Amino acid sequence: MTTKSTTDIALTAHLLRRAGFGSDRAELERYAKRSYEDIVEDLLNPDRFDEPEDDVLARFYPHLHANIDNPAMWNGRWFYRMVNTDRPLEEKMTLFWHGVFATGWTKSEHTPTIVDHIQMLRENCLENFRTLLLGISRDPAMIFWLDNNENHGTAINENYGREILELFSMGIGNYSEDDIKSAARAFTGWTYEQPVPLYPYGQRSVQYRFRPDDHDYGEKTFLGQSGNFDGNDVIDIIAKQEATARFIGRHLYNFFVADEAQVPAWSIEPPGDQKAIDDLVRTWMDSDADIRAVLRTLFTSEWFKAARFQHVKSPTEFVAGVLKLSGEYKEPAPDLHKLEPTTIAMGQKLMDPPSVEGWHTGQEWIDGGTLTERVNYAVDTLNDPSKPGVKALIDRIRAASDLTIPEDLVDQVLDLVGPLEVEPATKEALVAHAETEGSLDWGSKEAVERSTARVVQMLTLVVSAREFQFA
Amino acid sequence: MTVQANGKTKDPVLVVVQLSGGNDFMNTVIPFTEGIYYDNRPLVGISEDKSLPFTDTLAWHPSAAAFKRIYEQGKMAIVQGVGTEHASRSHFRAMDIWHTCEPEIVATEGWLAKVIKEIDPDSQNPVTAVNFGRGLPRALAAPGVVATSIGDLDKYGLMSGIELQEERDRDLQIFQRMYTPAIGSGQVMNYLSQTGNNVLTGADMLAEAPRKYKSTVEYADNPIAKALRDVVRVHTAGLGTRIFYTNHAGYDHHAQEVPTHARLLTELTDAIEDFMEDLREHDAADEVNILVFTEFGRRIKDNGSGTDHGTGGGAFLIGENVKGGLYSEYPSLAVADWKFGEDMDFTIDFRSIYSTILNQWMGLDPIDIVGGSFEQFNPYKKTMV
Repeated sequence: MTTKSTTDIALTAHLLRRAGFGSDRAELERYAKRSYEDIVEDLLNPDRFDEPEDDVLARFYPHLHANIDNPAMWNGRWFYRMVNTDRPLEEKMTLFWHGVFATGWTKSEHTPTIVDHIQMLRENCLENFRTLLLGISRDPAMIFWLDNNENHGTAINENYGREILELFSMGIGNYSEDDIKSAARAFTGWTYEQPVPLYPYGQRSVQYRFRPDDHDYGEKTFLGQSGNFDGNDVIDIIAKQEATARFIGRHLYNFFVADEAQVPAWSIEPPGDQKAIDDLVRTWMDSDADIRAVLRTLFTSEWFKAARFQHVKSPTEFVAGVLKLSGEYKEPAPDLHKLEPTTIAMGQKLMDPPSVEGWHTGQEWIDGGTLTERVNYAVDTLNDPSKPGVKALIDRIRAASDLTIPEDLVDQVLDLVGPLEVEPATKEALVAHAETEGSLDWGSKEAVERSTARVVQMLTLVVSAREFQFA
Repeated sequence: MTVQANGKTKDPVLVVVQLSGGNDFMNTVIPFTEGIYYDNRPLVGISEDKSLPFTDTLAWHPSAAAFKRIYEQGKMAIVQGVGTEHASRSHFRAMDIWHTCEPEIVATEGWLAKVIKEIDPDSQNPVTAVNFGRGLPRALAAPGVVATSIGDLDKYGLMSGIELQEERDRDLQIFQRMYTPAIGSGQVMNYLSQTGNNVLTGADMLAEAPRKYKSTVEYADNPIAKALRDVVRVHTAGLGTRIFYTNHAGYDHHAQEVPTHARLLTELTDAIEDFMEDLREHDAADEVNILVFTEFGRRIKDNGSGTDHGTGGGAFLIGENVKGGLYSEYPSLAVADWKFGEDMDFTIDFRSIYSTILNQWMGLDPIDIVGGSFEQFNPYKKTMV
């Protein structure tokens, strides 16, 4: 089972769980042939690889081209991308920004704008932070979500002006109520237009539109600076703030490194690892808010490499990770949209976060109901030796030896699923069970059948373990 | 507080039925003598000859015949004009407010989770509260509170997809060993261990329920009927469940209201009538009180196909111990009284309903749970001690 690799397999797997959605073993071995720094550069430069070909999805989902109002199939498409892309960090960062700039379908119930919103995040996910803030500020889904279409030169609506500071950049405690008003004034007239009437044509994409007659051109004071600022100026000032670097840095740490307290506590509770945040802030300030540079610092740091299994998988990470193991959906299939109710049952509906604050993460994903859903989903999905990923795992174990002793069976499955590090209680329970059934024999047809069933059962037990909840 | 029934003393049980999407109260309990109703609802309005009058001024939707019967038996309190001052027309915010009793901030503690804390402060019984549906409603969620959420009672529990019972039992034993808490393994790992063990205990308790249950009542084949039948199965198993929760979805009828609302009301009202019959058959009805609520009512004017989100709605308290009748007031339909110029206003805060249930049915102090003191009404017979 040993393949020549330059980078440690466990470290590579850690990187791919965090910077992507996990990997099957063959993929992992391909990555590990390169140096760690080269892998990180490939991840940071998605343009080196082709985009996932999702046009074939139209075979099963012709509606993808008709803008019919159904987020489920768009979320199915997103899962298809997550498990098939050669540009995993691109999809992962799209999910990251979706959690930060949390914009929901529920208020507008208008799918095309949410789909466009996600695509805008995808296209800009590794660019300068200014590009992202400008993107969301001109994004029709966001404009409607936070009422900026009601933010007029003569009468401001503070909603967007407040949230861009509180939740999208600096965090509470770093600006005044007057700064909120100035930001709101700067974004007056930033609205959208519906180029095609809703009736009788149905839902179509909506476009950003600046209305000069509704914009407040007066002088504004914002974070200590004065001028005839518009939204671009406000974004530029925000991006330069160390508070922004800290706030987004802490988001990145929580998402990619280790679970943190939830956002509302950040003004009170210090970060789990102050040095890590300081490292990210330094790169942010040196690079003038270049997200790619900040992520390079993150992924190549020793604190990232050491932070194994310190992050509870989100439902999306969990489901995509299981699919990576099962090897399903390498081709489009007509039931992709069913992945949406699957993650909803675990507490996450993509494209529809519960509020502008985004999802609560870490331990808060877990309760009796969601844990049951997670365990059962993993077991039901992998309890099938004919699935390509499960078959590959069985073949590897069989290829390793004619006779697999019980402890090796446990170790091999743990290795092929992760490599997964487990608590003593978990290991003991698995080994004790494996021992009651003796060694695996691959010598006859009947023996192969029996051994195959035992590998599958061991796999379902390993993915039921507490440790499998962590990335 | 307990309920006296046929010489037996029982703990009161609350069954909450959530109508998701915003039930059209105006088309459920119809002000059939008001011209303004017909003027504003040319499309979704129910004509007088079809509706089912039950007072001089109010009529049931034709698909709510079962509610008419329950009302005539004196077992239903209709709470009219329900809402709150800081109402929201967003489903999410509105539902959130109902679930947490916090109209102005986003809170994480559900009102029923606080009830669980009062009833079972040491989390002794994982099935003190049981939800039937996918995902735990926020009303039942709070840090440190255990509540059970069941998608399918017959297949409830971990590893439920493993067909052979022997294999499943074996895997569950291994699961339990793997989930052994250990000193030094970290707080999140221990939380996972505790949660996993709670699920195992709850599932063991619940596994008995379907085996024991027998009934002559034949429910319709739809999710709300199935969920309410599951409530009877668990309630009659005597596991100490005090709160049941379930959801009937689809009430957001911006479009196609006429056929959709009729179907939903048939499903809902028939299911509740069967549910009550089933409880009586098991001598388990007196201790059960049902609350049916929705996050908001709908716009007075129809939009040509359905109705958009509105303000004042309505709720129903149903049970053998309910003193039937109309409570609070039907919102004024005079144009000058329209909220935001287009909605029925509310005449009673939803927290008054919660306070009434908590205090008079569950025997709890409502003030901390609903976040203040709200006027109560008296919808229960005097059988509580």
